[in-house]
Amino acid sequence: MSEDHHDHKPTGIGRWLFSTNHKDIGTMYLWFSFIMLFIGGGMAMIIRAELYQPGMQLVEPDFFNQMTTLHGLIMVFGVIMPAFVGFANWLVPMMIGAPDMALPRMNNMSFWILPFAFGTLISTLFMEGSAPNFGWTFYAPLSTTYGPASTDYFIFGVHLMGISSIMGSINVIVTILNMRAPGMTLMKMPIFVWTWLITAFLLIAVMPVLAGVVTMMLTDRNFGTSFFEASGGGDPVMFQHVFWFFGHPEVYIMILPSFGIISQIIPTFARKKLFGYSSMVYATASIAILSFIVWAHHMYTVGMPLAGELFFMLATMLIAVPTGVKVFNWTATMWKGSLTFETPMLFSVAFIILFTIGGFSGLMMSITPIDFQYHDTYFIVAHFHYVLVTGALFAIFAGAYYWLPKWTGNMYDETLGKVHFWISLVSVNVLFFPMHFLGLAGMPRRIPDYALQFTDFNQMASIGAFVFGGIQLLFLFIVIKCIRGGEKATDRVWEGAEGLEFEQLPSPAPFHSFTDAPQVK
Amino acid sequence: MTDQNQQKNANSKVVRKLLLATVFMFGFGYALVPLYNIFCDITGLNGKTSDQAAEVKPADIDNNRWVTVEFIGSLNDNMPWKFRPAVSKMKVRPGEPSRVNYIAKNVSSNSIVGNAVPSVSPGQAAKYFTKTECFCFTQQELKSGEEKEMPVVFIVDKNIPKRINTVTLSYTFFNSPAATKEKSNVSMANK
Ligand code: HEM
Ligand SMILES: [Cu+2]
Repeated sequence: MSEDHHDHKPTGIGRWLFSTNHKDIGTMYLWFSFIMLFIGGGMAMIIRAELYQPGMQLVEPDFFNQMTTLHGLIMVFGVIMPAFVGFANWLVPMMIGAPDMALPRMNNMSFWILPFAFGTLISTLFMEGSAPNFGWTFYAPLSTTYGPASTDYFIFGVHLMGISSIMGSINVIVTILNMRAPGMTLMKMPIFVWTWLITAFLLIAVMPVLAGVVTMMLTDRNFGTSFFEASGGGDPVMFQHVFWFFGHPEVYIMILPSFGIISQIIPTFARKKLFGYSSMVYATASIAILSFIVWAHHMYTVGMPLAGELFFMLATMLIAVPTGVKVFNWTATMWKGSLTFETPMLFSVAFIILFTIGGFSGLMMSITPIDFQYHDTYFIVAHFHYVLVTGALFAIFAGAYYWLPKWTGNMYDETLGKVHFWISLVSVNVLFFPMHFLGLAGMPRRIPDYALQFTDFNQMASIGAFVFGGIQLLFLFIVIKCIRGGEKATDRVWEGAEGLEFEQLPSPAPFHSFTDAPQVK
Repeated sequence: MTDQNQQKNANSKVVRKLLLATVFMFGFGYALVPLYNIFCDITGLNGKTSDQAAEVKPADIDNNRWVTVEFIGSLNDNMPWKFRPAVSKMKVRPGEPSRVNYIAKNVSSNSIVGNAVPSVSPGQAAKYFTKTECFCFTQQELKSGEEKEMPVVFIVDKNIPKRINTVTLSYTFFNSPAATKEKSNVSMANK
């Protein structure tokens, strides 16, 4: 390649601190997310260890609540979202034939805000009083009138994360709209780019609302306003409305990019074109739009009038339709394909099946009268872990295996990858499937102790959790091993791979790529 | 290079629009607050009933119907008062102004300012329930040991749907925000 004279990179710590290179920043996002995965995962281990037996064993109830709160916040804002931003940084420019992100300096800033945001959040554990202990949804008045002193630091942390996400999304949108190579029309863009474009718009629409709601909390707590304070004319139920107006689109922010990743991987290993490309685009867009009118399905039990319950129930069920279109398209892509099952494909197939299970439990809860029973039980814990762990996280694993050879130039260890997959697959189901039964039997979520009859399923879940948590160390090992060496990857990496990053760039992708825009036919 | 400048201009155009959208959505988050209240007022959802005195219209009483109005008085957690309605329910004619007394007593050793927040259930009845006089329109202060009768004058609108035969009026007394803040600070310090 004639690119080597571009290929001198800065060295030392400065390379990372001041980096404006989309690949380096992508790498930093991915490592950040990986570190957070182990911190948040460690908290989950504490939770599951306490729940291994009924009664109080290891931790104080208040500390238990801090663990569930921080676990949720870290996994949502510190693992899933930064990982997807990492993928976007690495892949969007390469996929659309751009030399870099449109706003490289802002890119650097939006990454470097994150360590401060999470440093602040995690430091609350060491503050006097307690860390936030009101759940990741921080409902008022738990977080306002009754929140510990550290809540103000939590609010500051959320503000920082919000700023970082918004800057990241602006960057993605500008890059996609303005930097495409000649010939790369919108409807020729890889689905991953499409899903990220839509996700970025969702982020810009709802992250400011999150910032607003924490600002209201801040002024309620410290400056005498009463947004959520009933005695001053406010209303705590309104907190839930504003929060879920952000919160439901947020769950789609965490899943749309994984739809994109899966839509890249399935065609490669089925050696067929993606079935129904344009229906994929429209389905993604309609999911995004619908996600704004379903928020109150998280609030069926607050005492809404019948008309409201009905509206939100029907709207929620409607979302299952475009989601079903996607699952159908993936299945149709595999239909009569010449399939092979390398690790990325294994994770993708597992994604389709297990995400669909999560979608089904979602559908069950979308039925208002049924949700009265399921609400705030382990059933919903099962639901969102199926969509987020076997959904979003599995897609992240799949994507990491799929593009690692392109990023590092080396193949990962396929045998170890398969071991990682199979042990994860079995343990994650041992971990989360019994939670459905626990929820149906009435075990409430967010409690450190439980009635005797729930013991068996809790022990299964805890054992699954320890195995699932432990096996991720193998993933860390596989990634490091792959970075340090291994069988050289070909430029195309996978026999069936398509797209600019595989067809026009060598492996590893050079530090600067597409300084001259490729021509897309 | 003009090419690069063009690119820069195009980029900053999009950035500006997106920043504007961000600011707009931040404002929208705040706008949800009044929107929520207006929505509840118009529809009477949430049992929100007005905290303003209603205009009294010339009486136009429906003498063919009785509506039972039940009264509840409750206290927020950190409110050291006693608070109850003088009667637990009464039958009224729609359209006719009626009067009921609540009795509050401050059993703490400090003077306390309280706010009463009214709520009507079922929610649909809230639209048809108006108050011309109410202790909830202003803050109430009770000295230590003081007891007070607090009147409410209300009218059940004669257009109230036929299927609603019973309306419950409930008040919750809150310690006023500033006093609440002080108290919770004390309990934090004790932790
Ligand atoms: C077919 C699609 C889906 C439907 C019908 C659905 C429905 C629901 C409902 C009704 C609830 C509220 C349960 C309750 O609190 O009682 C819920 C909770 C939740 N869902 Fe979904 N869902 C779907 C997909 C997803 C996806 C794709 C994600 C994320 C990737 C997700 C993440 C969550 C989360 C995190 C919660 C729990 C929030 C909390 O902590 O209270 N859901 N879902
Ligand atoms: Cu939702």
